[in-house]
Amino acid sequence: MRALAGIGAVTLGLLAAIGRVAMFFGATVTHLVRPPFYLREFALALLNIGWLSLPVVGLTAIFTGGALALQIYAGGARFNAEAVVPQIVAIGMVRELGPVLVGLMIAARVTSSIAAEIATMKVTEQIDALVTLSTHPMKYLAVPRVLAATLAVPLLVGVGDVIGIFGGYAVATGTLGFNAAAYIQNTVDFLELRDVVSSLVKGAVFGCLAALMGCYFGMNSGRGAQGVGRATKGSVEAAAVLILAANFVLTGVFFSI
Amino acid sequence: MITLSDVHKSFGDNHVLRGVDLHVARGTSTVIIGGSGTGKSICIKTVLGLVTPERGTITVDGQDVTKTGDRDAFLARFGMLFQAAALFDSLPVWQNVAFRLMRGSLKRPKDEAREIAIEKLRRVGLTPDVADRLPAELSGGMQKRVGLARAIAAEPEIIFFDEPTTGLDPIMAGVINDLIREIVTEMGATTMTITHDMTSVRTIADNVAMLHGGKIRWTGPVADIDAAHDPYVDQFINGRAEGPIETVR
Ligand SMILES: Nc1ncnc2c1ncn2[C@@H]1O[C@H](COP(=O)(O)OP(=O)(O)OP(=O)(O)O)[C@@H](O)[C@H]1O
Ligand SMILES: [Mg+2]
Repeated sequence: MRALAGIGAVTLGLLAAIGRVAMFFGATVTHLVRPPFYLREFALALLNIGWLSLPVVGLTAIFTGGALALQIYAGGARFNAEAVVPQIVAIGMVRELGPVLVGLMIAARVTSSIAAEIATMKVTEQIDALVTLSTHPMKYLAVPRVLAATLAVPLLVGVGDVIGIFGGYAVATGTLGFNAAAYIQNTVDFLELRDVVSSLVKGAVFGCLAALMGCYFGMNSGRGAQGVGRATKGSVEAAAVLILAANFVLTGVFFSI
Repeated sequence: MITLSDVHKSFGDNHVLRGVDLHVARGTSTVIIGGSGTGKSICIKTVLGLVTPERGTITVDGQDVTKTGDRDAFLARFGMLFQAAALFDSLPVWQNVAFRLMRGSLKRPKDEAREIAIEKLRRVGLTPDVADRLPAELSGGMQKRVGLARAIAAEPEIIFFDEPTTGLDPIMAGVINDLIREIVTEMGATTMTITHDMTSVRTIADNVAMLHGGKIRWTGPVADIDAAHDPYVDQFINGRAEGPIETVR
C-alpha cells in the first residue's frame, strides 16, 4: 500500500512538473510573437549559444567520427565488410551521434550557464528589478535564449555532422587505407535527404529543450547560493534526459515509418 | 493615493504581515520604520505585485493593483530602489541607470539616455567616470547610489526607497536624504521610504508608519513622533534595548 502510494505521488509529481514546463513553453511562445522584441539580447544569445559553442562541438564531433570509423572497421572485419566504413560513419553521425552529442554538449555548456545566470539574477532580485522597470523577464531573458538556441543548434549539428564525417574520413584514409575520392563519393551517394532533415530537426528540438530547461530552472530557483547550485544541476539533468527521450521519439517518427 | 487594507502575507508558518492598513497621500513622503525582519520590504513589494498577499487589497488611485489592464504602463509609474541595489551585473552602470530610457514606451536616443544617466549619477554624488564601469567593480555604497539613480531616472510619480542610506558615510547619507526630500517637494513625487536611520526619518518624512508584529503599530506626522506616547515607538526612536519590543540575547 505504502509503495503504491509512493508510486502514485511520484507519478503525480512528474505529471505536475511536465504541466509546469509545458505552460512555461507556452508562455515563451506567446511572448515570442508579441512585441516588444529585444534584438540585442537575441544577438548576444546567438553569439553565446551558436558561435562560441563551435570549438566544443567541433572537437566532440571529430573524435567521435574518428572512433566510429575505427569501430566499424574492426567490427566489419569480422565478416569481411570493412568497406562499409564510409556509409555507416555517415549514417551514424548524421542520424544519431551528431544531433545527440551536440545536444548533450549544448546541455552541458549552454543550459548550465543559462540556468546559473538566471538563477543568480533571481536570488539577487534582478528579476524583480526587471519587472519594476516594465520589462517582462520572459521576454527579456527566456525568449531571446530559446529562440537563439532553436535556430543555432541545428546549424551546430550540421557543422558537427560534417566534422564528424571528416573525422571518420581522416582515420579511414590515414590509417585504414581507404581511397580519399572513393570515401567521399560513397558518403555522398549513401546519405539521403531524410537523414539530413532528421538531423537538423533533432538539432532544433534539442536546442529548444536545452535553452528552455535553463530558463525554467533558473526562474524557479530557490534562494541563495544553494538555490543556484540546485537549479543548475537540475537544468542539466532535465535537459540531457529530455534530449535523449526526444531523440528516441524523433528517430521513431523519421525512420520507423 | 496608495492604500493597503488588511494585507496578509506568510511564508510557510512565518506569518509576516498580519493585516497591514496604510494610506499614503499623493505628493507626500511616508517613511516606514520597524525592526529588522518585520516585513517592511515585503510590504512595499506587495504594492508592486512582486509579492502576492494572501488576503487584503491594495489600491493605487482607487484601482486594485491586481486588476490593472496594462501592467507595463502601470509599472512605468513606479521607481524602486531595492535593499541590495539589484543592479544588472551584465550591463555597465550607465545602462543600468538608463535601463527604462533605452526600451519600451519611454525609449529615447542612446546619447540622450546616456546624458540623463550621467546627470542622475551626479545627483547621487557619483562622477561620470563610474558610468562605464560594471556594477561588480563598485563598492556597496556606490552600488546603492546607482540603484537610487536608476529608480529616479525616468522621473516616476511614485518611488519606493528600501534603505537608501544604509552603507553610506554620514555626509553622503545627508546628500541622499536631501535628494529624496527634493524629489518630493520639487518633482511632486509620492514616496515610501524604509529606513532605520532616525536622521533620515526626520529629514525625509512627512508621515511615519511603524510596522510591528505584522501590523502598522503607529502612524502619524513626523512632528508627532516624539510625543507619540507609544512605548514601541519610543523604544525604537531612542534605540533602547529595554522595552516592549523583545530583543533576543
Ligand atoms: N522569499 C521569501 N521566502 C521566505 N521568507 C521570506 C522571503 N522574503 C522574506 N521572508 C521573510 O519575511 C520576513 C520579512 O522580510 P523583509 O525582508 O520584509 O524584512 P524587513 O522588515 O525588510 O527587514 P530588514 O530591515 O532587515 O530589511 C523575514 O522574516 C523573512 O525571513
Ligand atoms: Mg528590508
